[in-house]
Amino acid sequence: MANVFPAEFAALEPFADWAIHGERARYAKRIASTMEELQAFYDVAFPLLEKGTAYLEKVRLDGIGDEDTHLLWAFCSLITVAFPVESWGQPRVPDSGPSSIDAVVEPAV
Amino acid sequence: MAHFPKPSEGSWTEHFEIDTQPVSYADSISPEFYERERDAIFRRTWLNVGRVEQLPRKGSYFTKELDAARASVIVVRGTDGEVRAFHNVCRHRGNKLVWDDYPREETKGTCRAFTCKYHAWRYDLEGKLSFVQQESEFFDLDKSRYGLLPVHTEVWEGFIFVNLDPDNTRTLKDYLGRFGAGIEGYPFHKLTQVHKYRAEIGSNWKLFIDAFAEFYHAPILHSGQYVAEEAAKVKKYGYEALSYDIDGPHSMVSSWGGIAPPKERAMVKPVERALRSGLFGAWEAPDIGLATEELPPAVNPTRSKVWGMDSFVFFPNFMLLIWRPNWVLTYHYWPTSYNTHIFEGTAYFVPPENAFQRLQQELAVVSFKEYGLQDGNTLEATQTMLESRTLDSFPLCDQEVLLRHLHSTARRFVDEYAK
Repeated sequence: MANVFPAEFAALEPFADWAIHGERARYAKRIASTMEELQAFYDVAFPLLEKGTAYLEKVRLDGIGDEDTHLLWAFCSLITVAFPVESWGQPRVPDSGPSSIDAVVEPAV
Repeated sequence: MAHFPKPSEGSWTEHFEIDTQPVSYADSISPEFYERERDAIFRRTWLNVGRVEQLPRKGSYFTKELDAARASVIVVRGTDGEVRAFHNVCRHRGNKLVWDDYPREETKGTCRAFTCKYHAWRYDLEGKLSFVQQESEFFDLDKSRYGLLPVHTEVWEGFIFVNLDPDNTRTLKDYLGRFGAGIEGYPFHKLTQVHKYRAEIGSNWKLFIDAFAEFYHAPILHSGQYVAEEAAKVKKYGYEALSYDIDGPHSMVSSWGGIAPPKERAMVKPVERALRSGLFGAWEAPDIGLATEELPPAVNPTRSKVWGMDSFVFFPNFMLLIWRPNWVLTYHYWPTSYNTHIFEGTAYFVPPENAFQRLQQELAVVSFKEYGLQDGNTLEATQTMLESRTLDSFPLCDQEVLLRHLHSTARRFVDEYAK
């Protein structure tokens, strides 16, 4: 089976379902997940992000390939997942109740 | 203890000759007052409806729902390249001219003419009625008298504004006053990477401006966004602005903060450390052709070395935030009733060169969303309790001076219109 991510980030393969296009969909997956699920993704993805700076800086957005696009989206998911894991201790923003803020315009990649 | 100097009067509020008494929020809980605001404010002032980049070529258009002004407008770039706006109403039987699927939802696209879905009356990009179905069935129909109704439209620094008052004679530049003039030259046209967010908020429109026009709340409401040690520090420190300023109906607050990289890496959360970014944006600012000290004079007006961002409130409902790391955020508050409004937050960045920069920007906008979610729900809590009328006046501190100014400005517009 083909890789979803570049070979250097093979450890992310079990979390390929976090390579999601669009902030709205990423946030929806976050609030539909348990803290255990978020923590498991974070624990694998965060060290890869820390080590991946030099790689990511070489990825040009013009003509970006599929694997790099998936990697970018997975790290976008990591950003939204970092809030529950690092700050909130719960998937939702505390005291955000029924309120929602939805992305309506986003970059193509 | 004061960290930053205040005017010689001892407070910003007294400096601007605004009274210091407790404030009534009757203007935010009354359907009757809101009806008066619609005519006195939203049908009479310049409203920002978008940017020129949304109309990249001849025939590009978008619609904007202005419920507060009882209007929908079409904003379009004509064959001559000019940006114009028209009431979104067909002259034949009053059908909404441009919409897709849902009449109340905004739309956009590119076309050579606007054709009404109902009877195919057609208008060119300059609003002229160009085709009438079965024209010979009409009675002395002079097509030149049935063009789309134009709306006053002007562009400032790439921001498109409309004014629905047919009798308006005040130019946009004049209306935007000292702040508008002092921001001119900021390279907004270089910030073309756009992230836009939208939310339906259960509060009066002015209450959300209140929330973003003071940072007195930031160390408390948003304390969970800091690492624990830092949260305790900012709470003790509280918040003081570098400066406030008022010009007619408009106002601004200049803030410190976001100096990057932080003195101690332990001050910031792991994801911020890894991405070298946060709420204030990427730690390394992209090149916009101007150094911080070369920014136009209204930006960082005190020329403070610890400057972090400025928030301009252009009355009635347009806020412009200019951040030290060379990006911009705009807020719009579009009332839909006395206790509801649609909030739009739009971030503008220099297009990222690589995936890492893209992620730095993502962290800034997602941080904004996390803060905004906290703010938004607090507003509904405020609105419901204000409407309970349990209390009718509220003490505001000197760091909330722009709130006093906003509410008194809204009341002044309503009072003056009634005369």
